[in-house]
Amino acid sequence: MSIVFAILFYLATLLFVVGLAHRIRIYIGTPAPLKIPTTPAPISTGGVVLRMTREVVFFESLFKANLWTWGLGWLFHASLALVTLRHLRYFTEPVWGWVAFIQPFGIYAGITMLLGLCGLWGRRLFVERIRYISTPSDHLMLLLLIAIAVSGLLMQFVVHTDVVAVKGFFRGLMHFSVQPLPTDALLLLHLLLVVALLAIFPISKLLHAPGVFFSPTRNQKDDPREKRHISSWAKQMESES
Amino acid sequence: MADVTAPPFRVIPIVPALKPGSMEGKGPYLANEKMQEALGYPGKLVDDWHDKAIAKMGELLGKFRSLQVYMDACVHCGACSDKCHYFIGTQDPKNMPVARQDLMRSVYRRYFTFAGKYFPKLVGARDLTREVLDEWYNYYHQCSECRRCSVFCPYGIDTAEITMAAREILATVGMGQKYSNEIIAKVHKIGNNLGLPEPALRDTLEGLEEDVKDDTGIDVRFPLDVKGAEVLLITPSADFFAEPHIDSLIGYAKVFHASGTSWTLSSMASEGANFGMFIGSYEQLRQVALRIRQAALELGVKRIVVGECGHAWRVAYSFWNTLSGVGSGADETDRFAQMLQKQLDHRYRQPTHICEFTLDLVERNAITLDREANDKHIITFHDSCNVARGSRMGDFAGGQFEIPRNLIKAAAHNFVEMDPNTTRERTYCCGGGGGLLTDDLMDLRVKGALPRMEALKQVVDDEQVNFLALICAICKTQFSKVAPAYGFDRKMVGGIHQLVSNAIRLGDK
Repeated sequence: MSIVFAILFYLATLLFVVGLAHRIRIYIGTPAPLKIPTTPAPISTGGVVLRMTREVVFFESLFKANLWTWGLGWLFHASLALVTLRHLRYFTEPVWGWVAFIQPFGIYAGITMLLGLCGLWGRRLFVERIRYISTPSDHLMLLLLIAIAVSGLLMQFVVHTDVVAVKGFFRGLMHFSVQPLPTDALLLLHLLLVVALLAIFPISKLLHAPGVFFSPTRNQKDDPREKRHISSWAKQMESES
Repeated sequence: MADVTAPPFRVIPIVPALKPGSMEGKGPYLANEKMQEALGYPGKLVDDWHDKAIAKMGELLGKFRSLQVYMDACVHCGACSDKCHYFIGTQDPKNMPVARQDLMRSVYRRYFTFAGKYFPKLVGARDLTREVLDEWYNYYHQCSECRRCSVFCPYGIDTAEITMAAREILATVGMGQKYSNEIIAKVHKIGNNLGLPEPALRDTLEGLEEDVKDDTGIDVRFPLDVKGAEVLLITPSADFFAEPHIDSLIGYAKVFHASGTSWTLSSMASEGANFGMFIGSYEQLRQVALRIRQAALELGVKRIVVGECGHAWRVAYSFWNTLSGVGSGADETDRFAQMLQKQLDHRYRQPTHICEFTLDLVERNAITLDREANDKHIITFHDSCNVARGSRMGDFAGGQFEIPRNLIKAAAHNFVEMDPNTTRERTYCCGGGGGLLTDDLMDLRVKGALPRMEALKQVVDDEQVNFLALICAICKTQFSKVAPAYGFDRKMVGGIHQLVSNAIRLGDK
């Protein structure tokens, strides 16, 4: 079982890293031939960094759009970030000070993450127009995340697993030596779902995470009068005429 | 033409219930063969349209980062779903920005993604069938490319970019839109959207000189093709004869006259509008823009000023430098742009919006405005979508909001704002932008105007507003036409420079 999961994790990580790198290379390699920032847009690079930070950390545009979606979405993402950071303790030895510090917050973040996800799913099920735009994969994605959160929380609060052994397994993976993994069903389910999440990341709507950084309406400086902005393929037309 | 009905005002602006299929149909008139071919597209739907469309889509995905990222990044969160004026007015769910994007995204998934190739049902991927193509034609002509959705999307997804790509693909397989293509063909052939040839234009301008002389007793000139003038004015051709547009043209002329600025119009480039943007064609966009460079070089002007036109200002401000070099900062090796940029006077912003130009004169006391002249007007301002969300004025973020307002306040005493959820970057499109200002889409135009008409109704009732100030030729035409459907007098619509024209003191400078 340990071998199977070791292979699964290596494969999933490979898919995640290579897939994501491939997508990002496509984004970088595709020119943005016209200046299209949505105004009022920052005029300086510093301003763009600030705008992007507000967007990524606080979901500024979503806040303007809909308070419910913003609240639930932000709750989910912030909680997920905390929970993920908390899991660093399974990969580091000795555990970094700040990772140890956030452990209790990370545990409760598991609960708020679940609340956020359920709220988002509720919107998808009960708000007519959001239901209209939802595809099966939108529902499944939420289900997957909910299942990860629930299985994780159950291990925390109900059926404990041997976390020392779990840590041994992952520390082993990092050094390419397969260590025994506890075999309780809840843990295996939790890990299996995480493997699935990693694997589908680069081929699913989770691409919104890298995508936001490449969105020309958000990452462009508003300076078209001051600087000529011309893409390689547009320059080509120039030399032809 | 389909039946035209104005929806009733909503008591509270709540999200409308869905009426699936309410705007199903054939869409606007197709461009005929001659018009398509004039722009280099096939005359009618080609036999291998399926492969050609997919190939074109692949090409555009490789050329436009916006399209590639926007096809991938949407999570169907619904932030945009209640933001489109056409959705609010028609209640057709396919007019929700996310659903409109998905008309193309579903095809993208099927042909360009792993998930869509192997699990189409799961991710909502569809084959490109004839039905899908017709659906594209219908619903991508129910988008005015106003970009309101892009303000609210957490990833900045801009439906306009997708609409443009869809229209370009449609045109490439032989399904161009009549109205836009007709106009572009006229620009190429004659120089303006209305097909107004040089003698007719000259005649019109002479008539205007007489009218202004009768009105004010002063010789205000409307010069055409004057070599060595300082300023080249590029304005929408509607300004030459449509009502109320013409009053703004008179306003610009008075501003130039009162400030002693030498200026000229160009018969070759007698048009600010650039419908190349509406049909999503970079090449058409560029060809139309190049006329401006040619005219500026031939006339030897030092400055280029753009009149009251929304998308024209977006193209001028955001794209002219890219497309034709009107602006600053071209590389030393950039031969074409250098030619023009050496000639332009870089103490001024190039290009300049007429509102920037006039307000600057007011602030420098180079012209005097008597605000009393507009005392009969209680004025509100409609931010035009392409100015508000696609371009800027002045030197600071948001200048496109402040400068027109400050100019109105400099020209008149009574100014009131509409609901802040409907102004500035949250402004609603007039309902006629993006190449939809055609009679065959009148029902859509009336319905799309609903949110703006609601906000207007509020200030008309509460503040006795009787003048809707605009800086866009399409908004002026659209509101003149649809406002009566909502019980307003069409005469309340006018340009900012119409107010300037009323207030400006001529002759004593």
